[in-house]
Amino acid sequence: MCTFARNLEQGIFKLFIMTLNTLRAVLFLVFSVAVTNFGFASQDNEDQDKGFNAKEMIMHHVKDAHEFHIVDWDNKPISIPLPIILFTDNGLTTFMSSEFHHDDSGTHIVEKNGERFVKYHEKIYQLESGVDTLTFDEELHPTNAKLPLDFSITKNVFMMWVSVLVILLIFISAASKYKKSNNFMPRGIASFVEPLVVFIRDEVAIPMIGEKKYRRYMPFLLSVFFFIWVNNIFGLIPILNGANVSGNIAFTVSLAFFTFIITSFSGNKNYWKHIFWMPGVPVPMKIFLMPIEIVGMFVKPISLTIRLFANITAGHIIILSLMSLIFIFESVAIAPVSVGFSLFILIIEIVVTAIQAYIFTVLSALYIGTATEEEHH
Amino acid sequence: MDLITPGLGLVFWSVITFLILLLVLKKFAWKPILGAVDERETGIKNALEAADKARKEMENLKADNERILNEARAEREAMLKDARDIKNKMVSDAKEEAQQQATKMITQAQEAIENEKRSAMAELKNHVASLSIEIAEKVVRQELGNKDKQLELVESMLSDAKLN
Repeated sequence: MCTFARNLEQGIFKLFIMTLNTLRAVLFLVFSVAVTNFGFASQDNEDQDKGFNAKEMIMHHVKDAHEFHIVDWDNKPISIPLPIILFTDNGLTTFMSSEFHHDDSGTHIVEKNGERFVKYHEKIYQLESGVDTLTFDEELHPTNAKLPLDFSITKNVFMMWVSVLVILLIFISAASKYKKSNNFMPRGIASFVEPLVVFIRDEVAIPMIGEKKYRRYMPFLLSVFFFIWVNNIFGLIPILNGANVSGNIAFTVSLAFFTFIITSFSGNKNYWKHIFWMPGVPVPMKIFLMPIEIVGMFVKPISLTIRLFANITAGHIIILSLMSLIFIFESVAIAPVSVGFSLFILIIEIVVTAIQAYIFTVLSALYIGTATEEEHH
Repeated sequence: MDLITPGLGLVFWSVITFLILLLVLKKFAWKPILGAVDERETGIKNALEAADKARKEMENLKADNERILNEARAEREAMLKDARDIKNKMVSDAKEEAQQQATKMITQAQEAIENEKRSAMAELKNHVASLSIEIAEKVVRQELGNKDKQLELVESMLSDAKLN
């Protein structure tokens, strides 16, 4: 009876999220179509009047960058320079991003240790020797330069570290509150943190993994939940230029990788048996199911990756698209509509920050739960 | 295409950062927080259990008290009843005895009276008999002083006897 009620509750919750996602998807579709049309339109006219390009602006905000651009002031960009770390054939090369002088078109050449680098569309290329300008093929890919391994501290890495500092500050100070108080009562920030921690334990870890085994996975689930949530929230703060950490597929694939590793390493005999030799079905069916289950093993973390990335990026794109309408129509009259709609989406996004972090955590817990589930007949 | 191609650098830094975050938080945040929560929950659970136990004990104690009280009450009741019975019995016994005693005394008294009466009667008879004889003697002496009168008497007596 209890499980039924829980299933029902989860079902309703899933339905709610699906509805929300559908709403978002529809809005996203409508506005992205509108904006890309206008964007392409303005791109066509770019040669004539160097007008506003919504697509470029949005992509610039959504993608990672090598410098922390805050604002353009008096036609000069104000930005925080970040370190660039490259592995070329000759080894490590480091310099600050300010050496590119805000150039992103591949014209400004930085020379280090006899190697020459240019930045083109937020990618750093190493020019071949004796070449001074980039040449492109018809798909606008540079032909006379190669990509060195880029381990730069980019905007996203920088913001990720800021979020880590914030998380550490919040949770370590919360943890220290318990030491000071007798009888373990939460005080101060701990009374804010504790319900969330207990929520993850009681609503995520215990139902998904089970009373016996959940303890081992609590640090991972809690860390991943708060890491995603804080980064989602940081992505919505405009002055941080919406550093889109949790909407970057590299970030989400890394976290999903952890889930995959933990799931695979904690998988028991029962789990592997269900993948490679499904019990309780005839032999042809076992053979038929094996490849499906093996694919499923990898599809799970991939779905985690794409879900978080797509949801967060879509939210950013919608807000930026709505804001772009002002500049596309070049009219102040559209501003209230734009601001109103962005505010509406922004409020939804605030909910989404928590929901997506929650979903990632729940699904991770679910995958771990299926991997550690005991055999039952 | 750029958007959906994970950049190697960011993957690398994400993994490193998350790993460090996980380890640091595990040691300095999750362990103390979850420990404190667990500790408190077990504390609350124990306290509740203890309270429950105490309540049960209290109930038992109360039931015991009630039982003892009832027993005492019943005992008192029984004792009172016994006492009353004894009293009644004593009273009735005493009454009976007194009755018997009284009857006995009365019988004795009656017997004594009867005896006294009988002896008194006998004495009286004797007395009356002697008195009568004395009187008769005197009367006879006086009467029989003159001859006429003796004859007259004999005469009357003889007539009386004839009448009979």
